[in-house]
Amino acid sequence: MTTTPDSRLLTLDSIPKLWRMTRLQFDPVRQRPVLLYPEGSVLLNDTGAAILELCNGSHSVGQIVNILSERYGSDVSADVTEYLQLMAERELIRAG
Amino acid sequence: MPGDIPTTLLAELTHRCPLHCPYCSNPLDLIRAESELTTNDWKRVFTQARSLGVLQLGLSGGEPLLRKDLEELAAHARSEGLYSTLVTSGLGLTRARAERLKEGGLEHVQISIQDSDPQVAERIAGVRSVRHKQAAAAIVRELGFAFTINVVLHRANLDRIGAIIDLAADLGADRIELANTQYYGWGLLNRAALMPTREQVERSREVAERAIQQYRGRMQITYVLPDYYEAYPKACYGGWGKLYLVITPTGMALPCHGATGITTLQFDDVRSHSLEWIWQESHAFQAFRGDSWMKEPCRSCPRKALDFGGCRCQAFALTGDAANTDPVCTLTPLRRIVDDALMEPSEQLQDYSYRHPDTSPV
Repeated sequence: MTTTPDSRLLTLDSIPKLWRMTRLQFDPVRQRPVLLYPEGSVLLNDTGAAILELCNGSHSVGQIVNILSERYGSDVSADVTEYLQLMAERELIRAG
Repeated sequence: MPGDIPTTLLAELTHRCPLHCPYCSNPLDLIRAESELTTNDWKRVFTQARSLGVLQLGLSGGEPLLRKDLEELAAHARSEGLYSTLVTSGLGLTRARAERLKEGGLEHVQISIQDSDPQVAERIAGVRSVRHKQAAAAIVRELGFAFTINVVLHRANLDRIGAIIDLAADLGADRIELANTQYYGWGLLNRAALMPTREQVERSREVAERAIQQYRGRMQITYVLPDYYEAYPKACYGGWGKLYLVITPTGMALPCHGATGITTLQFDDVRSHSLEWIWQESHAFQAFRGDSWMKEPCRSCPRKALDFGGCRCQAFALTGDAANTDPVCTLTPLRRIVDDALMEPSEQLQDYSYRHPDTSPV
């Protein structure tokens, strides 16, 4: 049995990327952002969408924390890392 | 009441299919091509579905590739903002068609396989199909679609679940959905020949759990156990008329793909009514919404919030009353019906009634 590095575990240096099969869009019916993927969807709030928009393969977890902490004017590191970990466990984002 | 917002529409574009699988959940009296919805009918339905809140579209059948307008329909779905899955046998998926589907914005392709053993696979399908499926899988992979393999499990292939999972990985699947056969339509007709033994089910569960660990991060594996061997019924799509709707090839709107089996209900047609009216107002979609229709033991049971009394279609098929508790539930005396079915004598593979309009028993 082969083992591969577990892409579901994130550190501050991980570079999270939305799974290539997902699509982030705004749903005018529910008036909120949604993340679509094969046969499923996650209804998001604006903060969730802001985090996932930065999961484009160009930012580390640490950088995402910094960008959003600056944007919201408070330390959001705990919320952001917890959210990303949750999405990684669901394999909707992958760590690079 | 603002009402429930559906998330998923399954569009059964046609019942025509090159395969003849004996567990097919389509109704026994298959619909012929002449009476299918037109291209414009389907486009209107997809637009209405998105306005109603639907996010996920299954382009299914039968074999949806037998619709010449599939590419046009998939492109329309994408332009409306739907996330589409093509549910196919793989037969007829040429590179040219796959490229057009990709250009139109189709995102996800699901290919069925019948078994890892080619001979058994073709006996189940009733037709030569293995090489076509391999070729289709390669095209899907190359063009970069999200790619799921789906497999219906039953007595004749359940012991090879490990090899089936390995085959899906070799074909390059991102996901594999393994679901034990459910007994509707042709499946109920062939139940005695399809039902696995309890030992098979237990072994398969262990193999699947190991494979989930082994393939973690490379291929997602979902395994749905056969409900006949469970203590409680399945929570059908989050409850009747809650999240899900199905449109049949002729335009009948159903809360579940097995619902035509409930002959005491009349279902409305998307040619005569808007999808919004059907979802919100029609009798069929309201019949088992919420819990006021429930009898005992469901009515006073705390599990009713978890499984909604189980499957209405199964309750009707096995007891003749769709408002009964799903007989899978061990809290109802009706459970003896399922227990009796588990004791049915095994029959040989050649006893399958193959799904084909000309061999239809009705």
